[in-house]
Amino acid sequence: MSAVAGAAAPPVNLNVVRWIGFQTIVIREYGRIIRIWGQTIVPSVVTATLYFVIFGSLIGRRVGAMDGFDYKQYIAPGLIMMSVITNSYGNVVASFFGAKFGKHVEEMLVSPLPNWVIVAGYAAGGVVRGLLVGAAVTVVSLLFTHLSVQHLPVIVAAGLLTSLIFALGGFLNALFAKNFDQVNWIPTFVLTPLTYFGGVFYSVTLLPQWAQQVSYVNPILHMVNAFRFGFLGVSDVSVGLAFALMLAAAAALFAIAVALMNRGAGIRE
Amino acid sequence: MNALSVRGLTKTYRNGVQALSGVDLEVERGDFFALLGPNGAGKTTLIGIITSLVNKTGGEARVFGYDIDREPEAAKACIGIVPQELNFNMFESPYTIVVNQAGFYGIPRAVARERAEKYLKQLQLWDKRRGISRALSGGMKRRLMIARALMHEPRLLILDEPTAGVDIEIRRSMWEFLREINARGTTIILTTHYLEEAETLCRNIAIISGGRIVERDRMSSLLRRLHVATFVLNLRDSLSVAPRLDGYVTTLVDDHTLEVEVSAEENLNDIFARLTALGIEVLSMRNKVNRLEEIFMQLVEGRGTAGEGAHGEAAPAQPATAPAGTGPEAPAARLPAGARR
Repeated sequence: MSAVAGAAAPPVNLNVVRWIGFQTIVIREYGRIIRIWGQTIVPSVVTATLYFVIFGSLIGRRVGAMDGFDYKQYIAPGLIMMSVITNSYGNVVASFFGAKFGKHVEEMLVSPLPNWVIVAGYAAGGVVRGLLVGAAVTVVSLLFTHLSVQHLPVIVAAGLLTSLIFALGGFLNALFAKNFDQVNWIPTFVLTPLTYFGGVFYSVTLLPQWAQQVSYVNPILHMVNAFRFGFLGVSDVSVGLAFALMLAAAAALFAIAVALMNRGAGIRE
Repeated sequence: MNALSVRGLTKTYRNGVQALSGVDLEVERGDFFALLGPNGAGKTTLIGIITSLVNKTGGEARVFGYDIDREPEAAKACIGIVPQELNFNMFESPYTIVVNQAGFYGIPRAVARERAEKYLKQLQLWDKRRGISRALSGGMKRRLMIARALMHEPRLLILDEPTAGVDIEIRRSMWEFLREINARGTTIILTTHYLEEAETLCRNIAIISGGRIVERDRMSSLLRRLHVATFVLNLRDSLSVAPRLDGYVTTLVDDHTLEVEVSAEENLNDIFARLTALGIEVLSMRNKVNRLEEIFMQLVEGRGTAGEGAHGEAAPAQPATAPAGTGPEAPAARLPAGARR
């Protein structure tokens, strides 16, 4: 075989390598989620139960209706989405940073997997956990309230895109994190405030005009409302705009993650 | 076509440290190749660049003809790496680790399971396949990394100090295993601080120092360049002074131990004849230091060249069935502390 670049056929079918490699990362992530289920699934279920008991059953009685719906019914989609966001993000940031910290990320970096497959594999792992926990919280919600389904495709698409966006966000966080403190900064100081101000517990129409305008800048508001629209048929934002923003965010985050991996940011010297 | 071809490889880290200053290196397919060098010489950086763990500053590298920049997936598919540091998930089982690793190389899961059984059994890890890897002993962890590197049956296996911290018995069984792998056609590049290991296993050798290849030769040619060797003789009867042997430097270490310096032009028969004539019986004999260690120190400490040519012709890779080792059973020699990475 000639040593000229590109003259030789690859020693393996690269598409097969990519597909099996992607599956392997997802299977490994799924195995991790199940292996440590006490850390990955149970906390969100407990938290959602507490929210339903305190905000729904106790305080919610005094709040009354929100946008024409029983308060528990109103907050249920938001609570499900909150669990999807925190778990998809948390899964990737913990798993990928753990792989960096323990150096076993090198298992993938030395393999023929291109960086976009590694990013896609981890993102898919985050989506799996986000949706698993989201499904578990949905079951909890059904114990407290009735959830009708107005637009199933909207629910599925919003759940998938939101978990994908935050899984990719978690990947970027892990890429830049140099220690465990930096793994927790974004969830604590960015994600939690944005989620709480993202219309999970209230309709932004209750806010003063200026606060409504500020809220529209919050991407989580759009995600929660698109998801709520799927269940209840009501939304504070344009659902079309919400999906456009989500698609753009997912594409941009994926491109940024792959570009950073190609540069070796945070993983290669 | 060479298994590895490196031309003008340079690496300068962000802190300004120049780890590689234009490395040229060829490793033929089927070879069992030693890459030696002191601490900070650039061995791990070189391996890191070849395996895509380190970004290079300049130069090019090809693995079985595949350029690591233009055809990285094809190049990486050919390589198996056993790194110096443990880099597997300590909370996963050995079985999971090796099966997943095969997946990263596109090996279907059913095939991966078969290979996991094969290699874990060959490396005596099958009984430990289900527990978490953190519980394995040091030697087992090293063997696990070898099993993992073999799961996609690479054409080029790079071992960065695979036997560090491994006891002699396991080390020798690992040597035997690596010989078999090499005999089946896998090209092996080995870095090690156990110079006996390199001398015993490898056919060709490169020594890297200060980010450059300072020596590249076949092992046997390199060893022949050593002008003087010191032999330690154990004597049956005690002596009070060193016997005088014209043409040789002799030193009495203790009353039963005599050291004799022998140059490359002289032979041992003459020494034994003279000792016999003096009524001195020799019970056993060994090299004072490992021959490769002596040459290594000369090269990396700038004590002159170890012989005539600094860059001899490398031996062609021998037939797969040819014995790899030619070295004597010298005591295990490690690089002196100052020369270690």
